[in-house]
This record gives sequence, structure tokens and C-alpha cells, in this order.
Amino acid sequence: MARTTVIEGRVWPVVDASGTYLNDVDTDQIYHNAYIAVTDVDEMGRYAFGNLAGWGDFPTKAEPGDILVVGANFGAGSSRQHAVDCFRTLGVAGVVGISFGAIYKRNAVNAGWPLVECPDLLKLELAAGDVLRVNFKTGELENRTRGKLAAARPFSRVQMDVYLAGDLFAYGSSLGGKSAGRLR
Amino acid sequence: MAQTIIEKIIAAHSGDDVFPGATVWLELDVRAARDFGGANVVKNFDRHYTSMPVADAGKTFFTFDCVVPAKDIPYANNQQLCREFAARQGIKVYDVDAGIGSHVLMEEGLARPGGTVVNTDSHMNIVGAIGCLGQGMGDADIAFAFRTGRTWLEVPPSVKVVLKGKYKWPTTAKDVALAMLREFGSSGLLGKAVELYGPAAEVLSVEERITVASMATEMGAIAIFVPPSEEVLAWCEGTAGVEVGGVYADEDASYEATYELDVDGLEPLVACPPSPADVKAVSEVVGKEINSAFFGSCTNGRIDDFRAVGRLMSGRPVAAGVMAYAVPATRRVYGAMLVEGLTAELFGDGFVVSNAGCGGCAQGQIGMTGKDEVQVSTSNRNFPGKQGAGETYLCSPVTAAASALMGTITDPREVA
Ligand code: SF4
Repeated sequence: MARTTVIEGRVWPVVDASGTYLNDVDTDQIYHNAYIAVTDVDEMGRYAFGNLAGWGDFPTKAEPGDILVVGANFGAGSSRQHAVDCFRTLGVAGVVGISFGAIYKRNAVNAGWPLVECPDLLKLELAAGDVLRVNFKTGELENRTRGKLAAARPFSRVQMDVYLAGDLFAYGSSLGGKSAGRLR
Repeated sequence: MAQTIIEKIIAAHSGDDVFPGATVWLELDVRAARDFGGANVVKNFDRHYTSMPVADAGKTFFTFDCVVPAKDIPYANNQQLCREFAARQGIKVYDVDAGIGSHVLMEEGLARPGGTVVNTDSHMNIVGAIGCLGQGMGDADIAFAFRTGRTWLEVPPSVKVVLKGKYKWPTTAKDVALAMLREFGSSGLLGKAVELYGPAAEVLSVEERITVASMATEMGAIAIFVPPSEEVLAWCEGTAGVEVGGVYADEDASYEATYELDVDGLEPLVACPPSPADVKAVSEVVGKEINSAFFGSCTNGRIDDFRAVGRLMSGRPVAAGVMAYAVPATRRVYGAMLVEGLTAELFGDGFVVSNAGCGGCAQGQIGMTGKDEVQVSTSNRNFPGKQGAGETYLCSPVTAAASALMGTITDPREVA
């Protein structure tokens, strides 16, 4: 199945009561370690943001195709893959953020879950429910509701290769035998 | 464009543009898994790549080192699972006799200057000691590397650290590593590729470079690269059996920062629990009673380290009530200890001398601590639970030997 490189969806900005983006939301707030033993990805969705004050009901409100919008250093902390997978279970189409924890980014790329870094995120003036269009190839971001634009980092070749294949493992099996190690 | 060491190594192993922040596919000269994580690599591989071959069995290895030989059935099962997979795929196993994987890969000439290596070992970057790029990774990433021969990497920014000055015995390279931790803490070099220069770096032997590079992980660095000296290249040519060339930075390469660290007259240091960055002068902690002393690990398990221990002990016995453990890093080191008489010498001083491996460092069988036990250790981590339930003080082999001799943390200058 060919995957689209442009998505459009309703946004969930992860902000505090005053509308300021939360920074340094760590993997424990995203996915509490009480549920770390869960191995079935289908089950993980219900625990998304379970440990982030005010966000406990996110799993019941999020719709497939929605886009998560986050502040700086999102996903800092432990290496748990659950913190990426819980959103995939809910059908969240991807995450756009000012910056991300390094391991979180690695996990998202490996899972083929779209993650877009946009230091200029604030230019989009996103409010909950606005519709955002994200182009993975060009890095163009558009708040369709308010007509605001921002430029993000487009997917790297690696990120695109893995995303188009599905995930890291699918990308690996798509490569043929011994030539697999050779690069262009 | 002018490039740093890591940029050059990556560029030689990638078709992508290389600059700090770029994400590239990296071709791997060596991909390996240890007994820790290895079984999960096999399970991931078999689940996702059923009946498929690894990309190149000749570049794929298992290196058992964490718990060797296995001390319990789960470890024995995991090791056996790896052996069976290896037999099916035609992969070489450096088995429970071989020693610490990262060291074995260097000794076997598989990790070479300018090369690329991954393993399920967070200290795989230790090969920066010989100018090789090593990275530790999780089991999913390593299964992918087995299958494809590549991994992906975000090119890190490079920084320079210039080591100035001179120090003298009984201060050692371990004290230099601890001095760096004191200076930069556990996050001052976070995510950076560090290059070591300066008079105090240039004179380091292969073994001393290994000690310093082994603690890159504790500093949060991607790796510490020491540009290979003639001596290092000769050592590597001896192990690889072929001519090797070092990879050096371009003169006009650009660095995010340059730091100077003066190690002139450096005194012996100790990292106090619970963090490797909690560094104090040994004089500040002298007198602390110890229960045990661990000699070994990928940081200080080389033959020179055990020679230094022998030199300090000089035939004197370990203090009554103190358990002293010597665990060589590799089978080759173990062999050298036997031939040189060091095993008998340390045995005579009261040490437990074991076969090669990580020992108690990853809760293996030799040197694990019990609750409230105080240990001096030549390893690299003293986080709670890392080497057991007790308190671990990290120091050089010489400081650890002086402490074992006296039964309290001791300044080696007092007894050398
Ligand atoms: S000696 Fe310790 S730090 Fe080094 S590889 Fe073994 S377990 Fe890891």
C-alpha cells in the first residue's frame, strides 16, 4: 500500500491552560511505566498521555487522522517504544513539534510514524481543532483554518525510505539479499 | 568541504550528504550482538525476516561477554538460541571464553581505524580509542543491521578537547577520564562526537586510549575519538594482519566548540556513588572502609592494568576481610597474565582471578555487590544497581589496588 506524503488533519496542540506549549514532556508522562509490560500494540492506545495532567481523556477524544502538535524536547527520557506506539494505535496520523528527544525520534522513524520537526511552529498559530496540512517531502506546513504557513525540516532520505516501506523491518525485508548493504 | 573524524568515517560509509544534523544510511563493517540483547536480536530477526539470510555472515558476529559462562538457565538458553541462529546463518560466535566483545573485535582486527561497528553494547563506542566509529543499539536496530548491513544515524556535531600538561604515576589514564567527567559532567558533551588532542592525549598508549574512550558513554558523548598515533596503527596492523590507515580530521574542519583541559600534575581521582560524574580527589575520600575491590571491565581490563596492580601490590597481601576480584577483559589478556606470572602473583596476594568477561560489571558472577557493601571498582558506572546492591566507587586500578591493600580507600601515592 503506497503511503501518502501529505497529510491533513485536526490538531491537538499539547499546551497548558494559558495556551503555551509544554516543553520536556517525557516518555513517562506520555506512557506511564505502570503499563510498560503491555506488549500488544492494540492495547497501548488507551494509556496515551495517561500520566500528563489534564490529558488523561485524550484516548477517548482523539480520532484517527488527527495530528499531535508539541513543544520542545518532546519524548525526552527513557527509550520506551510504547510512547510512540500508543499514538499509532489511536490512529494519530503523526506529530509535529518544535524539537524531540533523540531516542523518541529514532523510535518514531523506526516505526514509520511521521514525526516532523518545526522550530518555527508558533508561526502557525494553531488552536485545538484547526486543520493542519503537512508535506513530508517539502516540509511545508499550513494551518488551513487560519491560512498561516511555516517551514519545517522535510523527511530525510532515511526517514522517507522507512516511512514508505511501512517501518524499519518492512524496509529491511524489502531489500534483496546480499546487495542490501550497498548504498547508492 | 572540510570534515571532522566522524564526518569522514560516515562519508566513507554512506551515499548521503554528511553534515551535522543530517540523517544518513551508514554501511556497517561489523554488526554484532552480545549475550545481553542477542536473544532478542534473534527473535526480532526470525519474526520479521523469517528464512531470510543476514546481509553478510562474514561481517556478522556474536560476542558473549556479560555472563560468561552462563550462571543461570535463562542466560544459558539465550546464549544457546544465539549459537543455533549463528550455525544456521554461518555466523561466527566469540563464545563464553573470548571476553568483552568490543575488545575482542579490536584484538581480532575487525574493528579498525576508520571503520564502522554496531553491537548491543552501550560501550561499543569504545573503539573510538583506535579511531573507529562504534555505536551501541537496541535489539530491533541490530536485527535490522544483521539483515541489511546498514543502520541509520544522525550525524552529530563534533567538538575538540585539548588535553594539556603532564601527570605521573600513580596517576593514570583512568584519572584523565575521571577528570573529564569532573569537567564536563554527565551531559556537558551530550550528543557530541569528541576528538581528543594535545600533548597529554598524543602520548596515550592503545590501552590508555581504551580507558579514556570507554567513558564517553558516561559523559553522554556519541564517542571519543583519539586520532591514531604510529603506535596505534602498528597495533592495529598487528591485529588486522593488513595495512590500516588512520582517519584524521581536515585541518580546517569546523567544530561546535573547543575545550582545554589541563591535566598537569593531576592527582588520583575517585567517582563516588551514585554517579560517575560525582568526582572527587582521592584525598577527599581516604579512609572510607571497603569490603571489596573489582579489577577489570572494558575500562580497565587490559594487561597493562593488571601489571599496574601487580606493581602496586608488590607481593603484599590484600587486607584481611577484603574481597579482591581480577577479571581480564579478554582471553588474550588472560593468557598474557598466565604467561607473565601475574595470575599466580595476584592469586598469591589473595585475589580471586577469573576467566575473561565483563565480570560483575553487568551483574555477571564475579564481583557483584550486596546491600551496604562498599566496593572500589575500575569499571565505568556506579549507578545504583549497576554492579549490585552496594555502593561503588570508581577509580584507577592503582587506586583500587592501594585500597585493597589497606582495606580503606587509599591514596596510591601513600603506598606505591
Ligand atoms: S565491562 Fe561493563 S560497561 Fe563494559 S561492556 Fe561489559 S558490561 Fe558493559
